[in-house]
Amino acid sequence: MRAAIIHFPGTNREKDAIAALKQVSGKEPLLVWHKESELPEVDLILLPGGYAFGDYLRPGAMAAQSPVMSEIKRQAARGVAIIGICNGFQVLTEAGLLPGALLRNAGLRFICRDVTLQVETSNSIFTRSYQRGQLLRMPIAHQDGNYFADEATLDRLEGEERIAFRYVAAPGEPEESGNPNGSLHGIAGILSENRRVLGMMPHPEDAIDPLQGSTEGRGLFESMVKALA
Amino acid sequence: MKARVHVTLKNGVLDPQGKAIQHALTALGFSGVEEVRQGKFIELQLAESDPAKARAEVEEMCRRLLANSVIENYEVEVEA
Repeated sequence: MRAAIIHFPGTNREKDAIAALKQVSGKEPLLVWHKESELPEVDLILLPGGYAFGDYLRPGAMAAQSPVMSEIKRQAARGVAIIGICNGFQVLTEAGLLPGALLRNAGLRFICRDVTLQVETSNSIFTRSYQRGQLLRMPIAHQDGNYFADEATLDRLEGEERIAFRYVAAPGEPEESGNPNGSLHGIAGILSENRRVLGMMPHPEDAIDPLQGSTEGRGLFESMVKALA
Repeated sequence: MKARVHVTLKNGVLDPQGKAIQHALTALGFSGVEEVRQGKFIELQLAESDPAKARAEVEEMCRRLLANSVIENYEVEVEA
């Protein structure tokens, strides 16, 4: 699987993404600066977390206008797989590659902790190694992860099974403890209409190695390697 | 020529920052504050001298960058 990781000024999780891709696929991904207007032939484009352009104006707003984004939109139209994690998810919504927007967390605070996710569909190149309904532990680290979309968009996402992951309470915990940031419908990650673009706020690349406290993000990378290698 | 842009959250979009401001105002003793919605104010100094052209240009800026139409409305004022 040939992967390109996009680096904006202010990106800071690219090394975690490189390590995860290397560990699961055995191949070194390319690191691509945001000023590039063309990408080599790749199977996967990954937009990592961080604070592209300092989150000025709105998280992801400036990055969505970077030269590389025109090329990413062309690749998306060709069906190339794209994953945006955390700030990468914000960039994908700002670029119009995924619907909705990510607002300030309902509690206004930056939240850095493990959450429990429920896999809502295994019908995607990103989630095929998981079972629908499976629970995963992985970390979140964001201030603007509160997913918003209008009712019609939410209905469509639900009806087309395009919600990939939902925040849920850990087993034995009260239900209201599940949603950390106020996201509508508990949405933690969504798929594009063709199911080839995934955006998610939690960090599967930081749940790969036992040293990180969870290896439950590994299945996402294994899914991609299986589908795209 | 100067242009001013107000970016506000659409109705129905949760505004936790506005809520926090409201709570703080209430704590300060301003008891009659029923709702607070906060937004952004952007001032632009433009080389353009034709008000109609300036307005058209700033509206394009709003569509492409300054506002996110999923969650925000914008209003443009051009100084005559």
